[in-house]
This record gives sequence, C-alpha cells and structure tokens, in this order.
Amino acid sequence: MSEPIWNWVHEESIPSSLDAGHKAIDYLLNTLTSYGWDGREYFHVQMAIEEAMVNAIKHGNKESPDKSVAVRFRIAENLVWIQLTDQGEGFNPEALPDPTDEEHLDQPHGRGVMLIKELMTGVHYNERGNQVTMHKVRQVDAGE
Amino acid sequence: MAGKRRISVTDVGEISVVRFSDRKIVDSANIEEMGEELSSLVEKEKRKFILLNFETVEFLSSAALNTLIRLDKKVKAAGGKLIMCGLRSEIMEVFKITRLDRVFQIKKTEAEGTTAFGL
Repeated sequence: MSEPIWNWVHEESIPSSLDAGHKAIDYLLNTLTSYGWDGREYFHVQMAIEEAMVNAIKHGNKESPDKSVAVRFRIAENLVWIQLTDQGEGFNPEALPDPTDEEHLDQPHGRGVMLIKELMTGVHYNERGNQVTMHKVRQVDAGE
Repeated sequence: MAGKRRISVTDVGEISVVRFSDRKIVDSANIEEMGEELSSLVEKEKRKFILLNFETVEFLSSAALNTLIRLDKKVKAAGGKLIMCGLRSEIMEVFKITRLDRVFQIKKTEAEGTTAFGL
C-alpha cells in the first residue's frame, strides 16, 4: 500500500496525566469532526483512543511525572492513523485473558485492548509492548 | 440522603431510577465518584432494585464498564436486581462486543426496564 496523502499530521509529547491525555484526545476528535467523521465510526475511534491512552498513561507510565507519552496522529481521506508510545516496560497483549470467556466476563482485565482490536481496522503493538499503532478506514456512503 | 454529583436518583416505588450527570463517562476521578455513589445506593440506602437510564450518556470507557460490573455484583449479593435502559446503539455495540449484554439485563426504554423488575 502506498503512503496515503496526509491532510493533517500532529505530533507531541504529553505528560503522564489523564488530563493531558484527554486534551490530546479532544484535539484529535475535534479534528476528525472537522473532516466529517461522525456517528458509529467516530465513536469507534473515540473508544479506541480513550482505551489506548489510559493504557499508556496509567498502565504503561503509571502516571509517573518523569515519563511522557509520544503521541502521533494523522488524518487522510477516510483514514485516521494513531500511534502512542509510552515509557513503561511494555506488555504482551496476547497474554491478556480473553474478557469474553464465560469465566472472565465479570473481570476487569483485557476489555480495553479487545475493544481496540474489534473497533479499529488494524492494530499493531511493537515487540516491547510499549507502543500501539492503529488505524481506522471510514466506509463511505455505503447505504446511499 | 447525601448529595450526589455524578448521578441523580428518582425513587419510583421500590425502584431507584438512576440518571448520569456526565455525557461522557471517562474521567477516572469521576468514574470513582460515580462508583461510590452507586455503591452507597445499594449498601447504605439499601435500595435493591436499580434501573440505570443511559439516555443522556454518549460515551463510556471500559473503566466505567468495570464499575458497572462491580455494582451488578453488589446488587446481586444484596438479593436485588440491576437493569439498564436507554443505551444508544454505539454503546450497545460495545456491550455486545464485550458480551456484557449477557451479564447485564438490558431493556430499550425506562418503561420496559421498570416492568422487567416484575414487582
């Protein structure tokens, strides 16, 4: 696949606080809105970035003031690309329990990672497990 | 009753109908506060039949889902029943993907939810 033509590229390093994370999320979501994203697919991106940001800040960096999260957002025609890199030890997404297993249904772990996988078009974790890269392709006017 | 900031509660007979103050339930401090207010409803105020009306909620994170799971356990342990209603389609999709639609009893409207308690 050739590199898309990015209409909007944003990169910043944010402190490990959920306030800073939500500010970055709002910036992305407001920009998506201005590019015409709405409804179900907008919600999917909102859910995925929320879960990934909480993972990076809380579970990755453990909200340490000495650590930051590298945030990269890109938007092309009907495509959004997101990469978050924290400074934590990383985790193995494959090792998480399946939250939809009957015995894990009421447990708190793994639901965020699973939602990201289900709601985005593609998700990739680096080997160390401290970086998530994901993208969503918007289906255009399918019903019209 | 202690003042509640994250939820509002209307008692209709034995049923406590809960509405949420936040359109987006994402902030972890707010989720914690919401969890405490919901727990207090069951543990301190001894309300057994809880109907959560999500009509005003546009978004909730998995941390909020975990709080709802904990509440459901408390309600069941107290011999009560928790029912949800008014979930918009996007949030309902999240419940289906995570199969939490099998953990929770979910109804479309507040009227259907109220009837489902069978009181």
